[in-house]
Amino acid sequence: MRKSFLLITCAGTLLLMAAQTKPKPVPKKVLENGKKVYDTYCLPCHQQDGSGVPNMTPGLVKTTWVTGDKKRLVELIIKGMKGVEVDGETYDNVMAAHDYLTDQEIADVTTYIRNSFGNKASLIAPAEVKAIRAKIK
Amino acid sequence: MKRIGGLLSALLLTGFTVWANDTTQVKLRRGKRIPAEVNGGITLPAGFKAVVVADTVGRARHIVTAANGDLYVMLFRLKNGKGILRLRDTNKDGVADQVTSFGNYAGTGITIKDGYLYASSNKEVFRYKLNEQQEVINPESPERIITGLIDRNTHNTKSLVLDNEGNIYVNIGAPSNACQIEDRKKGSPSPDPCPLLDSVGGVWQFKADKLNQSYPEGIRYATGIRNIMGLDWNQATNSLYAMQHGRDNLNSLFPELYNEDESAELPAEELFRINKGDDFGWPYCYFDWQQNKKVLAPEYGGDKKKEGRCADKKKPIYAFPGHWAPNALLFYTGNQFPEKYRNGAFVAFHGSWNRAPKPQAGYFVVFLPFKDGMPSGDYEIFADGFAGGFREPAKSLYRPCGLAQGPDGSLYISDDKKGRLWKVMYTNK
Repeated sequence: MRKSFLLITCAGTLLLMAAQTKPKPVPKKVLENGKKVYDTYCLPCHQQDGSGVPNMTPGLVKTTWVTGDKKRLVELIIKGMKGVEVDGETYDNVMAAHDYLTDQEIADVTTYIRNSFGNKASLIAPAEVKAIRAKIK
Repeated sequence: MKRIGGLLSALLLTGFTVWANDTTQVKLRRGKRIPAEVNGGITLPAGFKAVVVADTVGRARHIVTAANGDLYVMLFRLKNGKGILRLRDTNKDGVADQVTSFGNYAGTGITIKDGYLYASSNKEVFRYKLNEQQEVINPESPERIITGLIDRNTHNTKSLVLDNEGNIYVNIGAPSNACQIEDRKKGSPSPDPCPLLDSVGGVWQFKADKLNQSYPEGIRYATGIRNIMGLDWNQATNSLYAMQHGRDNLNSLFPELYNEDESAELPAEELFRINKGDDFGWPYCYFDWQQNKKVLAPEYGGDKKKEGRCADKKKPIYAFPGHWAPNALLFYTGNQFPEKYRNGAFVAFHGSWNRAPKPQAGYFVVFLPFKDGMPSGDYEIFADGFAGGFREPAKSLYRPCGLAQGPDGSLYISDDKKGRLWKVMYTNK
């Protein structure tokens, strides 16, 4: 009896919490476009499920490199990355500069990876990408 | 609102505590049924069995056995500040019961020849004198025989092997996929000639007993090789053989030329028989195992079919499908295994990542029969099951990386993911 009461409380609480902290839902179209960009430019190295390759390519699952600072994420896509320690591990493959992707494509793909593979983080808008890109020399 | 949130969280936690107690108990009961692991979790042909020599030793790369059966292991990352392990099995049950470690550098290459242990970091090669017990005499003060080799992360491991004339051969991989100015960037051009080939992208020969050699003292023994992990000296032919890691990203760099299937299967992982002065064609060429010819790379005007300058490049003596990642090559010279294995080659395939989105492959050790120094049939899978349920690099259980032959003819296999080492024996049972 006590257990079922708690269960009901629990379910109710979850709903309330969800309503309270839920970030803005990501439009389906953004996720679809983001997946297209991901499959073309990111998947060959980071893998279909974002799990990466040990010693070579970092995974994208539950790392602050993906879900944290937007500027760091957008910059590394535009400028590429090499030999940087990620979450205590080093990786041998180079991350090529993807400066040829449009602001829209980078916004979509970053939003996609921030909301895939078990990740949950706010979306990144094309205007934010544009502003970050403008400051890169 | 904040306070209400805190109260709700507290309730939530209480609710889960009760719930968690129940499920945890169930899980514990289930966890007790641990299935017995046959052959240390790998599968082998009939008549063979394997024991786990040691487990979770660190990221075990190349391995070598000494004359007394001690196993030396090179680690990819330092463990407790050391990069080399010596494992000894005193009661001869196959399982190591003594482990010592030394060396303040990590790496991949390790080998033994004429009373010396040779080991490499990603920049240098050291050697250590062994005593009669096959122990390193001065573990903290080895002779540095080669230094200043290029290490730019990508393809930086230095595999080692010696001939019978006092020379040591070192792979210096190209820190590049296809010699593009910006590595792996779509549209970035590849210069012609590729400027990297002077100092990387080949095998260099040095003297085994001279100190502090570098490029000026070395001889570029063979060129046009993207990267080698597995190489061995074939005592039957007295010559060098090696497995190349073939190029990546044909589809992602040239989607208009290659579809995902072609990019998964191409190019071949090539087996080379290397003579002094050979040029195998990287980055200008790659071997297409389906057409059985060396073709021009798309960076250099290739259209998947054109041979061009590649017609003159040296061909592989055997070709495996793409991206399996051959990390070790070993010619079997023992008497323990059945006759067909003698002088044939074992190749440890680390397992692919660049076949995505197509299913990954490799993650096994194959045997390739040889006659008179050339492959005499097709490969067969010898040891499998390393990946567990997932043939994906991050999810696979183990990834075979090193091979060694024991003085009793047993075959040792290393894994650089969890650090397991297997000893494979023929028991004819």
